[in-house]
Amino acid sequence: MSVKRATQDIPAFRTRGITKIYGGRGTAEVRALDGVDLDLPEGELVVLLGPSGSGKSTLLNILGGLDHASSGQAWFRDQDLTAMTDRQLTRYRRDNVGFVFQFYNLVASLTARENVALVTDVAPDPMRPEDALALVGLQDRQDHFPAQMSGGEQQRVAIARAIAKRPGVLLCDEPTGALDSRTGTAVLAALEDVNTRFGTTTLVITHNAGIRKMAHRVIRFQDGRVVEIKENKTRIRAHEVTW
Amino acid sequence: MLHALDRKLLRDVWRLKAQALAISLVLACGVAIFLTGLGMVRALDATLEDYYNRQHFAHVFASARRAPVSLLLDVEAIDGVQAAEARVVGSVVLDLADRSAPAAGRIISLPDTGPTLNVPLLVSGRFPSDTARNEVVVTERFAAANGFHPGDRFAAIADGKRLNLTITGTVRSPEFIYTLPPGGLMPDDSGYAIIWMPHTATAGVFGMSGAFNDLTVKLRRDAHRQAVIDEIDRLLTPWGGVGAHERDLQMSHAFMQAELDQLRNMSAVLPPILFGVTAFLVNMVLGRIVTLERSEIGLLKALGYRDSEIAMHYLMLATLVAALGVCLGWAAGAWLSSGMSHLYAKFFDFPWLVQPHAIDVYAIAGLIGLASAGIGALRAAWAAAALAPAVAMSPPAPPAFRRGALDAISDWLRLPQTAMMVLRGLLRWPLRAAFTSLGLSLGVAILVASNFMLDSLDAVIDTAFFKSNRQHATLALANERPLSAVDDARHLPGVLAVEPQFDLPVTMSVGPREKKLAISARTPGGDLARTLNVDEQPIALPEKGVLLSATLAEHLDVQPGDQVRVTLSGLRKGEMILPVAAVTQQYIGIGAYMRLDSLAAHLGEAPRVTSLNLWIDANALPDLQSALKTMPALATSVMLTDVRKSFQDTISENVRINTVLFLTISVLITIGVAYNGARIQLSERARELASLRILGFTRAEVSTILLGETALLAVMAQPIGWLIGAWIAWAMMAGFDSDLYRIPLVLTPQNFASASLVTLAAVTAAALLVRRRLDKADLIAVLKTRE
Repeated sequence: MSVKRATQDIPAFRTRGITKIYGGRGTAEVRALDGVDLDLPEGELVVLLGPSGSGKSTLLNILGGLDHASSGQAWFRDQDLTAMTDRQLTRYRRDNVGFVFQFYNLVASLTARENVALVTDVAPDPMRPEDALALVGLQDRQDHFPAQMSGGEQQRVAIARAIAKRPGVLLCDEPTGALDSRTGTAVLAALEDVNTRFGTTTLVITHNAGIRKMAHRVIRFQDGRVVEIKENKTRIRAHEVTW
Repeated sequence: MLHALDRKLLRDVWRLKAQALAISLVLACGVAIFLTGLGMVRALDATLEDYYNRQHFAHVFASARRAPVSLLLDVEAIDGVQAAEARVVGSVVLDLADRSAPAAGRIISLPDTGPTLNVPLLVSGRFPSDTARNEVVVTERFAAANGFHPGDRFAAIADGKRLNLTITGTVRSPEFIYTLPPGGLMPDDSGYAIIWMPHTATAGVFGMSGAFNDLTVKLRRDAHRQAVIDEIDRLLTPWGGVGAHERDLQMSHAFMQAELDQLRNMSAVLPPILFGVTAFLVNMVLGRIVTLERSEIGLLKALGYRDSEIAMHYLMLATLVAALGVCLGWAAGAWLSSGMSHLYAKFFDFPWLVQPHAIDVYAIAGLIGLASAGIGALRAAWAAAALAPAVAMSPPAPPAFRRGALDAISDWLRLPQTAMMVLRGLLRWPLRAAFTSLGLSLGVAILVASNFMLDSLDAVIDTAFFKSNRQHATLALANERPLSAVDDARHLPGVLAVEPQFDLPVTMSVGPREKKLAISARTPGGDLARTLNVDEQPIALPEKGVLLSATLAEHLDVQPGDQVRVTLSGLRKGEMILPVAAVTQQYIGIGAYMRLDSLAAHLGEAPRVTSLNLWIDANALPDLQSALKTMPALATSVMLTDVRKSFQDTISENVRINTVLFLTISVLITIGVAYNGARIQLSERARELASLRILGFTRAEVSTILLGETALLAVMAQPIGWLIGAWIAWAMMAGFDSDLYRIPLVLTPQNFASASLVTLAAVTAAALLVRRRLDKADLIAVLKTRE
């Protein structure tokens, strides 16, 4: 399988002074992000930590092309995300970004394989849906509907759907938040496998501190600012994560 | 102080305002039409009863050639007769100073002792004195249309005699609430007068001293109607009686009953459709709300609210929506009723309109409206009440889908996943899909039925005036004349061609089935008044035998080759047995047609003429009209171009009103169903659609999925709508089938196409409204919430 990879010297994501302000004009102003500067190298598994409202999801949304920054700049490789129109952001998401959410957001009326095919139908250079499902260990469940699968299985379908287009980045917001430890581990193993096998830059938001030991880099947020960036010298494997 | 639950109720209604309004408007339409239909039926019924009672409208009507006045005693002696009145009635041509075209009139005698039956109601002036020779009262409408007031004069020609008449007053009569001039299809207030003149003077004019030619009879409640009619026929037959009949064949009464039937049909068909659609929409919307508010219902129950309180909460939501619809419906109904009253005042000549206790009609309409919404809400309210709190507070299981036959087909067709989403959505809720499609198809059907009326009346006009009765004018003669009358007419100014016609009143029977009518005999090879076969191609009059109009042939249950028995009435006596040569197409009235020479041979007399059909040089029309004004042998003249024009004018006005009404109903139903359907789709699919947007699908692609289901259902609704529309059209055609007129079943591709275009445009408008909401949806917020 080919691996989509940019030159090593340009980071996957770069932000300068990125700020997001909600409200204003009469209502109370909330600074969700307050001048964040970051450089995230290609191929890393990055864990974003922090309490609710600390700005990690807001950053993920801006990097994923779901939201506009109020000020500052953000680049995906050499593309300025903050200068893009809605239409360009849609294109960016379609070609480069894979998303995984806490609630799996599968289409109930489509089988596992069809849910993945939703993406492979429109992506420029996708995997076969069957291969993507095999990567997350669901080769035997591909004709099942979401209602016929466990939560962990549904989340793995969501991961298969996210990676099937061979995205440049994989953005995961609380991917194990709704899962028990056993199924959560299986999901983490899938993410780890994608990261190591394809070198896909992977950002994971989590409240689970155990997961940070899996990461190349851990970024801690507080009050809309980055308060700590830590690189792990040694990483543990997904199945070693404790809950 | 409002309870918290009541506040929730009000806020829910406000949040749902667009959907609630769409439902309310459909319901309002149903309430308004029900109110108008039932209200007008009751008002007309009550008005007729009141008017008939006060003015002593007769039950039985008969005419004779010339019967002695003494016969009246015998009629009065018949068991069951309460009162009888003998009158002299005759046709006149009017010479009105301000009118170039000849007008016609009908003179009716006023008994010397004053009328006791069909008493005209004085509007202005006074009745003529018994002894006056030239004093008359006329219908108020005729006076108003010609600017006549008591004291004014006009001239009439009766039996060749010129009468100078003075109007002493204007009247209305229960006999002439709706009046058609001879040969006319629409009332003609300025060109046709009903004139009442003292008996002695009338008898003098028509040579009827000591005699009468018109009899009206009022029956006792316990009278054996048929026995009385048979006895009257027996008494009158020697004097040229042409058969007594009840009110159902009295023209004014028959038209009033036809109008009442139409109103009853309207209130029986349209409101149930609209109430049904309302129930369906409430069911659909409330069902979705209960699903969405699952956890809130669980919470309320955990807080100690009773099941009944929660069920009532959702029933109240439906009730508020229905209450809005009912109020709008009442207002629209009141407006529509007043519009209808004005329309009736234009066509029908009532002295007053009785409006019986409308309050209860309003109450019934309101209750039915509330009930239809309540029935629609029952399932959802029950579901809310039945939810166990613990179950309610956990998220619902995702809807279960299964692979089926569809999947094999779609795999084979290599359908994209988005198409699969649409198809599986339909199959997952087949009942809802079916009802939505049915609702949309009703919108189509109503338009098809409305278009059908237009096309059908066009066909009637085309057949009646361009294929069949192509003459410019018909002159009805006061008395039978020899064929030489044709030559006389040929010498009138501007007359290019003349064809004679002889109308012979008969009773036609086959076994127990019989019909009173006139056989029309014409010369062969006529090119003006033609008979048409069932394919509307001209058909020659047979050398022997008779042609029957389709309605008549059906009534007598005869086919070509069968024989009919023809009993002569009037002064001629005897019977003929005639073979039916063919069946003809005719939409207005019924008819039987023969060759003039063949009929004359059967009667054993020389051919005679009762009317003349003319082809006229339009430039010479004024000269012809002034010649007709003084033509002694003339009873009436009918300008067919004028008849056609007044028919078309009336139709086009009615059509405009109907088109607006039916278009409104259709668009309201379509938008109500499509908008609510798409909103529920949006609500159910919000999460999936947001996921797709995040996966990189464009707005347009996501809209395709959302609106694809609505579009598919709308397309499926079209052929169903055409079928239902065609069925309604067929039912309307069957309902209109009477001796007065019938209408052909004309269903054109243009009809179906325009019905579909209008409804698909309405669906598109509804879909675009929903798409706007989709465009505004907050993608992230949707995905971060648990369903």
